[in-house]
Amino acid sequence: MTQEDTVANPETEALAEGGAVVREGTPGDAAAGRAPRYVARPPDTAAASALLAAAHRRGLTTVMRGHGTASDWGAPPERCDVVLETTALNGVEHAAGDLVVQVGAGTPLADLQAELAAAGQRLTLDALVPGGTVGGAVATGLSGPRRLLHGPLRDLIIGMTAIRADGVAASSGGRVVKNVAGYDLGKLHTGAFGTLGLITSVTFRLHPLPEALRTVGATAPNPETAQQWTRDVLASGTVPAAVELDWPETGPLTLRVLLEGAEGGIDARARAVADLMAGSGITEGRPAHWGVLPGEDEDTLLKVAVPISEVAEAARLLHEAAQRQHTTAAISGSAGAGVLFAALPASAHAESVDAVARSVRAAVDGSLTVARPAPALADADLDRWGEVPGLELMRSVKQRFDPHRLLAPGRFAGGI
Amino acid sequence: MPRPLTALIPRLREICGDDGVITDPHRRRTYESDGLTYHANTPGVVVLPTSTEQVAAVVRLCAEAGVPFVPRGAGTGLSAGALPDSDGVLVVTSRMRRIVEIDPADERAVVQPGVANLEVTRAAAPHGYYYAPDPSSQQVCSVGGNIAENSGGAHCLKYGFTVNHVLGLEVVTPQGEVVRIGGKAADAPGYDLLGAFVGSEGTLGIATEITVRLLRAPQKVRTLLAAFETMDAGGSAVSSIISAGVLPAAVEMMDALSIEAAEAAVACGYPPGAGAVLIVELDGPAADVDAQFEHATRLCREAGAFEVRTADEPAERARIWKGRKSAFAAVGRISPAYIVQDGVVPRTALPEVLGRIAELSADSGIRVANVFHAGDGNLHPLVLFDDAEPGASERAAEVSGKILDLCIEHGGSITGEHGVGVDKACQMPEMFSPADLETMDLFRSAFDPAGLANPDKLLPTPRLCGERPGIRKGVHPLVAEGAAEQF
Repeated sequence: MTQEDTVANPETEALAEGGAVVREGTPGDAAAGRAPRYVARPPDTAAASALLAAAHRRGLTTVMRGHGTASDWGAPPERCDVVLETTALNGVEHAAGDLVVQVGAGTPLADLQAELAAAGQRLTLDALVPGGTVGGAVATGLSGPRRLLHGPLRDLIIGMTAIRADGVAASSGGRVVKNVAGYDLGKLHTGAFGTLGLITSVTFRLHPLPEALRTVGATAPNPETAQQWTRDVLASGTVPAAVELDWPETGPLTLRVLLEGAEGGIDARARAVADLMAGSGITEGRPAHWGVLPGEDEDTLLKVAVPISEVAEAARLLHEAAQRQHTTAAISGSAGAGVLFAALPASAHAESVDAVARSVRAAVDGSLTVARPAPALADADLDRWGEVPGLELMRSVKQRFDPHRLLAPGRFAGGI
Repeated sequence: MPRPLTALIPRLREICGDDGVITDPHRRRTYESDGLTYHANTPGVVVLPTSTEQVAAVVRLCAEAGVPFVPRGAGTGLSAGALPDSDGVLVVTSRMRRIVEIDPADERAVVQPGVANLEVTRAAAPHGYYYAPDPSSQQVCSVGGNIAENSGGAHCLKYGFTVNHVLGLEVVTPQGEVVRIGGKAADAPGYDLLGAFVGSEGTLGIATEITVRLLRAPQKVRTLLAAFETMDAGGSAVSSIISAGVLPAAVEMMDALSIEAAEAAVACGYPPGAGAVLIVELDGPAADVDAQFEHATRLCREAGAFEVRTADEPAERARIWKGRKSAFAAVGRISPAYIVQDGVVPRTALPEVLGRIAELSADSGIRVANVFHAGDGNLHPLVLFDDAEPGASERAAEVSGKILDLCIEHGGSITGEHGVGVDKACQMPEMFSPADLETMDLFRSAFDPAGLANPDKLLPTPRLCGERPGIRKGVHPLVAEGAAEQF
């Protein structure tokens, strides 16, 4: 702890007791629009435990942050006393022979991937929001198009350590890919936005880097055709790693199929896929901007999950609903897994966003959430979640893990 | 039968009908254990509901009366996870066997919990699809039981476990409420209750309808059998295949003793003189499978395989699998009694751990046959003994326990697919700290504050394991805060 960093008052002294570096919060530290009173950076997990225990004793609320690339996601917390920075909780233990890695939450995802790539391996996660940490990726729980073959992020997690609101660190899972001992609490923390605890370390299963990559892309004349292509490709037995849909505000809908595999077989597979999509072209490797979110950083971002036979229809509904609200939607996502993201321009009003959300929710058998509101809408009265099945059970879990609602209260689904 | 349970019987009959309630002691005894028969308890009463509404009404009744209930599917579990409570209600899902829907367009199936695992694949096959999790009991085990145990199988190396294939659940909570989580679409908003429920061993409620993912049947499947002189050579072939980036659908290994047993039982015709056989199955796009198959064959030869057989047709593949699939039953022919252990080690620790198991066996005079899922380090040592010999079963249990110690010592797990149940609840503290277990208990209490859903399973309790220092000291923090009742 350095003198400059320290704000001398009993609260900061308590927060810094375990070794965390504590400073005053600034508007730039805001989490979902709430500026914290303090920013604390624990140097290790023991200090993080002590910090959370101190905040718990003093009734201070804490919001977790890695690199802050998703600070504007979710609802604004009701209170934000402390922003806990995880960046010092880093480190990579790569068991290459076991295709497993244990990573500190504050490790930049890009650094992890670089280290794994050097050993011919990867964590099969499309970084939808570039520049983030491993902990941030897990806490936001986002998965990109390659989830089609390799599963969503939560399926790649085999062990986790997290610190509860009261400062107690607890692990679940382990370091082996096959393990059914105990409850898999890592599932709960994945995508929980730090409302159940601070993720400090995650163990992932890895995949070897594929020998060869091909992308087959084509412009679809209409959504029905894109849906038919998706169906045909999935049913073809060519085992695509991803089937990605991209439908910007204006212009045509593009479907891109990513194939990974052995050099000896990849061209035959690519040709088989290309034969199913009229006017398609085959390129080597992955296209630039693969799997990134649509739109601009300050757009309102919606996430839509539907049965896979309804994906193109859901995209059409989004466009039409946006038009009815005199705005636009840029859409991309996994047609193969049935999960799309739609960006509405920052200028879209809360009423428009709500109207789009309502009309799509009413028409699809799935969910639509307002994942990230435009900055102007951070405090708007939006129905961000729609219906949340199982909400009472979720509240009960929250009550057990964080009975005083000290971890990002109100940021998560259903006001948890 | 204790009074509260007696009082429930007429009401259970109203809910499930006379033929859906079993009180006769002889008939109740047929449910006294699951596949792990040395744990046995005659259930207080057995109910056989046919609908979600009946399950919910039964559980509500239990909740009101404070009576424990134990869910049971087909009873094939191997950890006594469905061990009945003699003062409780055993809720058997075997009459809930309807395949509600096969939906190839969305690649989903919706089934009731009593549907047998293999029935899902049979129903999906005409559409060109199948259900991937394939526990070895798949002909009879139920999908509901698979949910409880997060079942795996030979092909989970590539395709994952039950949890990776479940998209939606209708659940009866321990309070008897019906909650739907997820559905045909992925990523339901909120906490991933679905992910945490799968594998919860019936302690969080009963799944009454299940939506699973169907996979497109692979274009091609090829299987090879490689024979090695030693386990070490076989083990190094596994390592080189995995580290070469080949992801087989399955990699199974058997040692000389289990080969001998399989030979005696089903005359599987494995290469004579083999100290180890490796079965490698590759599936996927035809061109990919062919390229990887050649690669895997070459790696086996380089590791010292003295014979490699290949099979492309279903009948040929079945011949290769015959010995492996019969192995557990086959050891019954060479040993009067045996224990099936289930532990996991990191793949790279396999040679070391197998060596240590051989030492344990030599030192104790207890024979151990090794049959295992080599690709993911999931060991199934079969500890053989003569139960007529005084002290032999104790020595076998000791060897079996030491094998688990070896797994933990090498950073592995006490169970890869059989579950904790009653059988391993007391070993959980060897793998998890008191804080880990207390946190798991918090999660359990979020669903089941009264502790009535499958009590004494999964987590260690004083009743089951005796008092242990460090666990449940003093007043539970949630009790102190008034958030929970002690149970």
